[in-house]
Amino acid sequence: MDKKPFDLSKSRLTRRTALKGLAAGAGLAAAPGFVRYAQAQSSAPIKIGFQSHRTGIGAAYGRWYEKTTAAAVKAINAAGGINGRPVEVVIEDDGTDPGRGAEVVGKFATQHKTDIVFGTLFSHVVIGSAPAAGEAKMPYFVVSEGHHVASTKLNRYVFQPGITDVKSQIQSMAPWIAANAGKKVTQIFPDFAFGYDHRDYLPPALKAQGADVIAQIAIPPTESSFTKYFPQIPAETEVIYHVMVGPAVLTFVKELGEFYGSNRPQLFGFIDSLEAVDINSPGLEFLDGSHFWEGSPRYAQADDSAAQKAYRAAVGIDDNGAAVGDPKDVSTAAHMFGCWETLYVVKKAMEDAGYKGPEDRAKLVEATEALTEFAEGPEHPQGPKTFNGKIHQCFGIQNISKVEGGKLKVVHKTKIEDGLYEPEGDYPKQAL
Amino acid sequence: MKASAKVYALHLGVVALLAGLGFVLPEYHFGLLSRIMVLAVFAMGYNMLFGYVGLLSLGHAMFFAAGLYGAGLSVIHLGWSVPAALAAGIGCGAVLALLVGLLALRTSGVAFMIVTMMFAQVFSLLILYFSAWTGGDQGLVVPQPARSLALGATTLDLTNPATRYCAALTLFTLALFVTLGLVRSRYGRVLVAIRENEERTRMLGYDTFSNKLVAVVVSGAICAASGAVYALLFGYVGSNFASVQYSILPLLWVLLGGAAATLGPLVGTLFMYYVTDITSGYTSAYLLIVGVALILLVLFFPKGILGTVRQRWLGWLP
Repeated sequence: MDKKPFDLSKSRLTRRTALKGLAAGAGLAAAPGFVRYAQAQSSAPIKIGFQSHRTGIGAAYGRWYEKTTAAAVKAINAAGGINGRPVEVVIEDDGTDPGRGAEVVGKFATQHKTDIVFGTLFSHVVIGSAPAAGEAKMPYFVVSEGHHVASTKLNRYVFQPGITDVKSQIQSMAPWIAANAGKKVTQIFPDFAFGYDHRDYLPPALKAQGADVIAQIAIPPTESSFTKYFPQIPAETEVIYHVMVGPAVLTFVKELGEFYGSNRPQLFGFIDSLEAVDINSPGLEFLDGSHFWEGSPRYAQADDSAAQKAYRAAVGIDDNGAAVGDPKDVSTAAHMFGCWETLYVVKKAMEDAGYKGPEDRAKLVEATEALTEFAEGPEHPQGPKTFNGKIHQCFGIQNISKVEGGKLKVVHKTKIEDGLYEPEGDYPKQAL
Repeated sequence: MKASAKVYALHLGVVALLAGLGFVLPEYHFGLLSRIMVLAVFAMGYNMLFGYVGLLSLGHAMFFAAGLYGAGLSVIHLGWSVPAALAAGIGCGAVLALLVGLLALRTSGVAFMIVTMMFAQVFSLLILYFSAWTGGDQGLVVPQPARSLALGATTLDLTNPATRYCAALTLFTLALFVTLGLVRSRYGRVLVAIRENEERTRMLGYDTFSNKLVAVVVSGAICAASGAVYALLFGYVGSNFASVQYSILPLLWVLLGGAAATLGPLVGTLFMYYVTDITSGYTSAYLLIVGVALILLVLFFPKGILGTVRQRWLGWLP
């Protein structure tokens, strides 16, 4: 059979055909998302370099940060991407190591040629990677909760717009502790930087509320048994404030329970100790009735907003904060929402900047610095936030949850103002 | 061609090759090679003691970290210039090596490994203990504006990738020819004699303790130079560089490249870095692949890559 070549010269464009075509085109163009995707078809994706803790001490967090990021990117792309371009995530493992972290940032900048780098959690990796980001003039959006960004000791390219910092979190907790748990507080913390933030920021915050830290017990990171430290807890202690982290936390709680029995002071902790750990694990029974800080609640709450419910469904966590279909795979819910929210901040800043490519990175930095607040909603399901462009840090609400019947129930939400503090510097004064 | 001429031609050729690669390598590998050259110097310092004296230390991270913190903290807290900070870093490493050597060299074999590891552990914990100064486990950033070197009317910005590559190559070249000169000298032969038979060397009238102590100090100073340059070029000082992992790494690099081979540390560091970098792009179980690669190398290159090359083909390799 002969194939006839398609001959344009023999086709006739009638006025009716032309009108039909125009109408169809206009209809498509008006359809939600079409214009943006039509442009996307001719545009390269926005490439986001995800510096992930796939191995090393941060692996449990890294896995959930990846899941949350994937869910956020899926949602952003389904709604038209960023500036009409789809988002593509490139993942590199930093081994939770600052040396490798800096190399990974370099790899994103010079090999993958990503538009930004995103997603780092552990503070030492952030601090180790920040110089590489600054030198490459690579916007670096971290989800770390460390105070390092807000301290303005890093550089103008580093931002933390999706999760509050530990100084703000601690300050927010003080009014509730003083009013509800007790006024004589003993702190037990690991003898390294994470613990020092709590050691340094809690006493003045409690003092302002008329309460006092009466003892501070630092436990070396190499310690595997804790009973010998407990006699140092003053008898008049009304609240034990504990922030132990790492595998030893189960032993810590168990030994604390054996030390006090049923007659214990109030307990207040940061859920960082038990992220990705089932609160019903053997040995944790002693925590029943105690309180924890949570950035975002692990367990579904009766008053969860529609945005919170949609976020949990998108990420794939059940009502107990575990992976849907695998109740033993407990999430890092208190922190991982920061990945979701940070990506929406990046989207907003890129759209404000009219971001087209790496040549617009400086514009992106300035557009991010110009942001001031993020309303609660599908893009910010954890709650409303303000953003201070001088210190590249957001401020938001915090949750205080009580362990009841093997679940964490939110009993108090702080206000944004509770966590505000005076800026310690001014990043925009640094040259781009 | 005389053997010594071959040796110098080879080493000059390697330096020329590295310099030439700077012009052709893609941007990412250009940056990575800068880092590899600096860390290869760390391995060279380790090789000085392990390869040529036969002393297996499990604590060399402390010498690297002494240089790292000596240089980094003098810039951060004292505002010292780059040359002064570099001198401070090397000085810290040399003094620490002298003190550790005086005590650790009273032991040998497994005891030496344990004692050096314990000293490194103490050093690492001291970094955490003095966290107000050292930044503890989080570490500190060396400010970008301070990382520049004034040379007459010119100022070299060490954060510039090209300047950084040149600085790393300069350090590498200096360390390479210092170690080459040392191991080919009369002193180097004494060290090898100690490695082969310390008792006989002593009977020949050599003060083996003093010779080993000098080797520890030289080794520590070279490792510290690597640490100091790392802090100044890459802008971060952190306690993880003092951890036991960073004592094991130079041992692996040297074993892979070839112990007692002057170019072995470069080959080993290069190999490990690229195996890790490439495999981590495919799987999070990349350490498993690295482990398999190490086993294969031990099976087929038991003396390391260059050690085996020397044994089978190029007997003149130093």
